[in-house]
Amino acid sequence: MTNYYNNVFLNMVSTVSGPYEANGSFSKLYDKSYNDFYFGEKSFETAESKLIDESVDILLNKIGKTRFQIDLHISGDLMNQLVSSNYAASRLGIPYLGIYSACASSVEGLIIGSNMVEHKVVNNCICTVSSHNNAAEKQFRYPVEYGGPKPKYTTFTTTGGCSAYLSRDKKGVRIDSSTIGTVTDMGIKDVYNMGGVMACACGDTIYKHLMNTKREVGYYDLILSGDLGIYGKKMLVEYMRTEYNVDLKNYDDAASMIFDVDRQPVYAGGSGPACLPLVAYSYVIDKMKKGELSRVLLVATGALMNTSMVNQKLSIPSIAHAISLEVI
Amino acid sequence: MEKRKYQSIVNKYTPKENRLYNGLVAFVIGGLMGVLGEVLIELYSYFLNIPSKEASVFMIVTLIFLGCLFTCLGFFDRVVHFAKCGLIVPITGFAHAMQSAALEYRKEGVIMGLGANIFKLSGSVIMLGVVSAYVFGLLRLLIMGV
Repeated sequence: MTNYYNNVFLNMVSTVSGPYEANGSFSKLYDKSYNDFYFGEKSFETAESKLIDESVDILLNKIGKTRFQIDLHISGDLMNQLVSSNYAASRLGIPYLGIYSACASSVEGLIIGSNMVEHKVVNNCICTVSSHNNAAEKQFRYPVEYGGPKPKYTTFTTTGGCSAYLSRDKKGVRIDSSTIGTVTDMGIKDVYNMGGVMACACGDTIYKHLMNTKREVGYYDLILSGDLGIYGKKMLVEYMRTEYNVDLKNYDDAASMIFDVDRQPVYAGGSGPACLPLVAYSYVIDKMKKGELSRVLLVATGALMNTSMVNQKLSIPSIAHAISLEVI
Repeated sequence: MEKRKYQSIVNKYTPKENRLYNGLVAFVIGGLMGVLGEVLIELYSYFLNIPSKEASVFMIVTLIFLGCLFTCLGFFDRVVHFAKCGLIVPITGFAHAMQSAALEYRKEGVIMGLGANIFKLSGSVIMLGVVSAYVFGLLRLLIMGV
């Protein structure tokens, strides 16, 4: 399903990153970075919550508004029951919607927010996402310190909190259209092969978006997928070619860009809900402001993984949502 | 697209692990652990003047202590990243698994956090170890009569 918007603008963004991202490719572009994983908090979960808090604070400072002037706060993360978002929201006190579609939550939030702003349900809204490497490892994999041997195609959950402010004020970047994806399950059971799990959902959403909007691939200066990793990226290119006969041009993947894969111990790149916005809200928005990119399609991909279902030998479903940004 | 066709694309671009190399590293590192254990037994039995059976208990305690300490200091997992299963399979890996779970859940209280989760990874090793010890003990009794 594709929605079109005439009057929604991504006015301002903010990013807070963890230590690995601060040593990565876009270190200078983040608003704030931390050198450790606790940020002065007592546990990983509360630390992740702080990422959301801080990114919203930075955003409010940038736009010069108080939290009482914000109509809606949409937030998502990876933790059970969305604890990081919920605890941050309880401190912020802005009307709140918690959302989950794993690593696709960032674009899901933007889509919900854009629809509400376009149809004047709200005047403005803040969309946030967060992920925390150690909190996610603790919940989905082994204890963090265990560090059992991992295959080289696994991805490394990013640590970061990202916020975006949407309104009808003509500032920043225009949100042009969005496509809500369908859940796809191609029978991949390997929890480490997230690129393989999500490449099909990503390809389907990109193709549906291009079909619905009647656009060619070359229409976009950049198509940026969320967190497929260096191997998943190749799978997507081949999938698009064989299934839809589409040759991806100007395509890149946020997971392969955010870290220096050769230098950092991150295996096949980044992942997590914060992976795409950390790249999009720093590098991509920066390039759009400079006029080097004018039309960008963000495709966030999420593996809807659950440890109980994986232990029951079921395959992992995935989803992807797309949103198209244009310079004003 | 058919699932099988998609899975062949995924397999095509999924890099294969070098099992021979990983196995060799694990063999060598695991062997070195064994050498270290033997050296400790000899040292304990020489300096403390005790039989080697008792010295081996001292050796086990020493290795478990070192495994736990290095986990807490935060570099055991980095060595595992390089040493593969060479450090995970011996007794150090067991200590490491318990210690890392303990570190993780200590914030959630002594009973529901630490107590309930310390065997998260190693509990199944103990359970299956006891079962297999029973089965093989029984087999030995039936076949060899001892």
